[in-house]
Amino acid sequence: MAGSSFLRGLPLVPSLVLLAVFLAGPILYCVYDAFTDAQLTGAAETHFVGLANFTRAFADPDFLNALWLTLVFVVGSAVVGQNTLGLSLAVLAEKATRPVRSLTNAVVIAAWVLPEIVAGYLMYAFFYQQGALNEVLGVLGLPRQNWLYTLPILAVCLANVWRGTAFSMMVYSAALAEVPRELVEAAEMDGAGVWHRLWHVTLPVIRRSIMTNLMLITLQTLSVFGLIYAMTRGGPGNKSQTLPVFMYQQAFQNSLIGYGTAIALVLLVVGALFSVVYLKLLKVEED
Amino acid sequence: MATTDLRPAATAGRDGRGARPAPAAGTARRIRPARIAVNLVLLVICLLFVLPLVWMVLASVSSTASFELSLPSPPTWDNFHAILNTDTTFRPLLNGLLLCGGATLLCVIVSILAAYPLSRYRSRLRRPFLYTVLFTTGLPITAVMIPVYSMFVQVDLIDSMAATMLFLTASALPIAIWLMKNFMDGVPIVLEEAARIDGANAMQCLARVVLPLMWPGVIVVTVFTFISMWGNFFVPFVLLLSPEKLPASVSVFTFLSAHDQTQYGQLAAFSLVYTLPVVMLYLLLTRKLGGGFALGGALKG
Repeated sequence: MAGSSFLRGLPLVPSLVLLAVFLAGPILYCVYDAFTDAQLTGAAETHFVGLANFTRAFADPDFLNALWLTLVFVVGSAVVGQNTLGLSLAVLAEKATRPVRSLTNAVVIAAWVLPEIVAGYLMYAFFYQQGALNEVLGVLGLPRQNWLYTLPILAVCLANVWRGTAFSMMVYSAALAEVPRELVEAAEMDGAGVWHRLWHVTLPVIRRSIMTNLMLITLQTLSVFGLIYAMTRGGPGNKSQTLPVFMYQQAFQNSLIGYGTAIALVLLVVGALFSVVYLKLLKVEED
Repeated sequence: MATTDLRPAATAGRDGRGARPAPAAGTARRIRPARIAVNLVLLVICLLFVLPLVWMVLASVSSTASFELSLPSPPTWDNFHAILNTDTTFRPLLNGLLLCGGATLLCVIVSILAAYPLSRYRSRLRRPFLYTVLFTTGLPITAVMIPVYSMFVQVDLIDSMAATMLFLTASALPIAIWLMKNFMDGVPIVLEEAARIDGANAMQCLARVVLPLMWPGVIVVTVFTFISMWGNFFVPFVLLLSPEKLPASVSVFTFLSAHDQTQYGQLAAFSLVYTLPVVMLYLLLTRKLGGGFALGGALKG
């Protein structure tokens, strides 16, 4: 019955309208705008310029630099940093005593709950030349660095690890709690060591969570803007200028809306590719 | 989509952890050195994670705060006195509350409505729609900001709190719908059938049967939507211009440029005041519902 299925779908209408107007609309508009020379001033004189914005981008060393830094940032801070540390914390927390486990959860999650800009300032202070990190290094007898100047991309990567690890830790804690205990105990009886058990028993059981987590944190990290902007504004020079920062600066500071939109479109396409892979992996797991 | 059992299973697993039988005495003695090592490693990581937070707390009560980590001597409330006024703190917090509170409320209501047919009815369109929603959760919202800005300029919605609120709602919707559907799948459909026989319609079933059984899920989604919006910087930064409309997430950013560069203590104090609401909300959630772990469980697939 067409009538009843229409009625059944009625509650979906508000979401559909909101998503269409505020998300699908801008994305389509983004596709259109990326092929024009739109500027902040004088929207009336917009011309269709074909692929000019894209050929310009891929010939622009600053864009390629931003693309490369985005890759470094995503792989370094999300795939390696947050994912590995999150998994390690979840595994270790299972074996730790209760107060230590609660403390770890509280501290790591606190960094995650902080508003983005506050996190940015705290990380700026932490990596600052006279900041806490250098004090710790000094106490340990290690060389001090002006992190934000010499290694800004490493600093923002570590900052993102600090801020984002809680998410992976929570996903993995939830997953580990569901690993059947008998399975681990059986492997233990058979004489499997700690690493062996982790590698051959635990990780295969939670592989679905690992994949989901990797996709989600990759996508989240791809769009990180405020944290980097508060810490370095992409600088010094363009040494920590990831795509979102580059896009913002081209569109709003250089008033090149068309060019900025083309960069945004590249970002969207990268995100979309990751999403497609994610959906494919989920589907494979289901069948 | 194998999502039906996600949240209850996660919660059960979490509760179950405490109830595990203690290892035999012999085993306990043998693993003790390993356990000490594990605890030490975790404590070192804790220390590194907590240092930036310690700086914030110490600097906020220091009259000579810099980026150095140092004990204030003596501690002072001056920084808080300096920032606790309408322009610096109260109005940005109120703006944030209106903006994020409104958007959260709207997002939760709309996502509950959307989740119901997605959870309850089979339809040819259901799967494509769910996949689209899931796909949309992955799109970087940052990338959409420039077209949104251009669109808002053309229809004269820049600097409108209502329009910003609607955009925040839309950007949080995909993940909210997805989580809400997962939580709703956990409520057995059998319970509704009795109500159906008694003549209740779909909306009555949703309001009287389903929602009361999934309120922990609703609260988890509400709190996390609010927390992520409260911390969202880029959206209001781009869409709002008037200083008197800016929420705290943006005003804290303009704080440094507007004030004397050396007022780190005030910056720390403001950050603390701005952060406090979400920490309180999170603690409340953790106490009642297992907090992020319920979210972690619901996000698995």
